Amino acid sequence: MSDNKAVVYVRLKDGVLDPQGLTIHKAILNMGYSQIDSVRSGRFFELELKSGNGDIRAKVEEICRKLLTNPIVENFSVEYGK
Amino acid sequence: MKFGVVTFPGSNCDYDAYTAAKLVSREVEFLWHQSSDLAGCDVIILPGGFSYGDYLRSGAIARFSPIMQSVVKFANSGGYVIGICNGFQTLLESGLLPGALLRNRHLRFSCKYVRIKVERTDNPFTSACREGEILHVPIAHKDGNYYHFEGDIEDLKKQGRILFRYCDRDGNYTDESNPNGSIYNIAGISNREGNVVGMMPHPERAVEKLLGSADGKKIFDSIVRSIAGGVKVEIA
Repeated sequence: MSDNKAVVYVRLKDGVLDPQGLTIHKAILNMGYSQIDSVRSGRFFELELKSGNGDIRAKVEEICRKLLTNPIVENFSVEYGK
Repeated sequence: MKFGVVTFPGSNCDYDAYTAAKLVSREVEFLWHQSSDLAGCDVIILPGGFSYGDYLRSGAIARFSPIMQSVVKFANSGGYVIGICNGFQTLLESGLLPGALLRNRHLRFSCKYVRIKVERTDNPFTSACREGEILHVPIAHKDGNYYHFEGDIEDLKKQGRILFRYCDRDGNYTDESNPNGSIYNIAGISNREGNVVGMMPHPERAVEKLLGSADGKKIFDSIVRSIAGGVKVEIA
């Protein structure tokens, strides 16, 4: 049984400044939600995989490293599904 | 001596770069992103703009274009390459230069004149400048916040690869004179050999007094002088 779908989550590494997350956090606080401690922004990609794709996971991770992330500042994780 | 200016879909400083190069060289040619022919050029300019719409990350898609495969080979064999703004981002994404350019600290697109200090004049792209000279040149970017790991910044310093730093009128490296939050006020760097340079400010937009400053022309004068003087880059 092969995977039909890969969802790639890309996040900034810990310690890398995320001005977007900081600004969103400020807005949340301004809205009155004082319970939120911090926000980190990121993005995700949905990849639909061809059927009978064999060892596709290694390829997906190669794509993540080469294109979808900048390994200097970003990490990724992948969820596979049907 | 022949200059080549690469045009990606979304490049918008290619004509400025062409015009600036024309001031110092008779031969200047546009190079199309789909081609892999560098047309015998001695210097390649990767211009500013929004290559491929800045999709994914600035410069991330341009890196995989046919012309960039040739530019990487050219650079690795000692060819002169300068990336300006989006071109700098493309050089980082392609691994020719180290580090990354993050979103500006204040999240805004910044379009204004800044001052940068020339830290090294032993590079082919700065040889016509005086050491410590302050250049008045414009910036126009949203992703210009230079970032690298602390240890790597130390290496850049030790190896003399930081060519330009943002400074104030008197040459002080202040936080206020840093327009985007770059580490160590870094505005431009080179590779270890010195033949590949990336910078966020636009020297090609400041090549005559009428434009507000002619300081940027010194970058173009430098490379012409260096090549004419027979500077050869040693590739390890």
